[in-house]
Amino acid sequence: MSKDAVTFTIDGVEVKAKPDQTIMEAADAAGIYIPRLCYHKDLLPGGHCRVCTVRVNGRPANACTFPVNSGIVVENDTEELKALRRDIIEMLFVEGNHYCPSCEASGKCELQAMAYRLELLTPQMPYAWPKRELDATHPDVYLDRDRCILCGRCVRASVQLDGKRVFGFENRGAQKRIAVDSATGMGDTDLSAKDRAASICPTGCLTIKRQGYLTPVGKRPYDKVPIGSDIEKKQAAG
Amino acid sequence: MTKPLVATGHFTGCFGCHMSLLDIDERILDLVQLVEFDKSPINDIKTFNRPVDIGIIEGGVSNSENVEFLREFRKYCKILVAIGSCALTGGVPAMRNTVPLKECLQEAYLDGPTIVNGVIPNDPELPILLDRVYPCHEVVKIDYFLPGCPPSGDTLFNAIVALLKGDALALPYELVKYD
Repeated sequence: MSKDAVTFTIDGVEVKAKPDQTIMEAADAAGIYIPRLCYHKDLLPGGHCRVCTVRVNGRPANACTFPVNSGIVVENDTEELKALRRDIIEMLFVEGNHYCPSCEASGKCELQAMAYRLELLTPQMPYAWPKRELDATHPDVYLDRDRCILCGRCVRASVQLDGKRVFGFENRGAQKRIAVDSATGMGDTDLSAKDRAASICPTGCLTIKRQGYLTPVGKRPYDKVPIGSDIEKKQAAG
Repeated sequence: MTKPLVATGHFTGCFGCHMSLLDIDERILDLVQLVEFDKSPINDIKTFNRPVDIGIIEGGVSNSENVEFLREFRKYCKILVAIGSCALTGGVPAMRNTVPLKECLQEAYLDGPTIVNGVIPNDPELPILLDRVYPCHEVVKIDYFLPGCPPSGDTLFNAIVALLKGDALALPYELVKYD
């Protein structure tokens, strides 16, 4: 750690960070898990989902975009923030069409895993049942918008990691949706199943064809341990 | 002291949650020591004729008969527990919710590739289909939710025992699943 390291606290625990880090990056390095959905360590933060909302000196802020600063007081694991995050997850469930029992992402889905971690037994807000369009035109990848939570990971990954522009957002508000760079469907874009964008989706919205249900129930990533356990393990190991 | 009464019911679903209840294996012997079953498909008692302590229901609400029976469960049960994806979210049957009912019937009974001289069933004995499949809590008040497709035998047994003893329901992480 260089001498210009900054020191701050998360839930009273002292954390040392590099000055150019965000709260999320510093917390991850320190083995403190801040719940998140749209954030991915290989992408620039989007600040879309707000699940990583923490309080910085009492004010709500995105942990994924907020830079660290010496002496800031960050609250993360509080009942208030947990309830707020649970509400966001619940809204994402009812505004999409998420049929967990028949979804090939079940067990590795980060939306579902976040619901488990935040102890959401079931969404109780009114379901919206929106009409969403499925795109199966690509030979190797499905785009099932029923499962889309508009995290924008595919949009960012295509540009930042694959050097392409396959995905984008179109429309606004409740009509906002993931669009592909072709009027005739994803099959006519230059997306490859090997692209990072094709497998970076936190839910089952973008899935590689002929790969579903390969992992048996009980051996999927979040069957036995909550999401974020890998980050917290770092802390336990010292 | 008389044993607490338990009723179970099934609406729109696959009966998998009841199968899972049987999956508690020999613990079903413990369970019958603790409770007496009233209206349930397990003992084939078809009507309520006294108040029941705990009602356990699986399945979503897709037709007029489901609505009638669900309301009856709410009326007769002091505590109503919804179990499984269909009761909690509509589940797999709710996949029809994004397609208008008329189109669903048309495809199933008139236009499907294997249909010859199709007709949409209209016998007056048949319950009327609702516009979509509703989770139980959108029709009556539900007191407790147990997710799963189905909830495992362990989940159901632990939850029922906790409820009978008045303990807080603290299910371990691996027993709370949406699938």
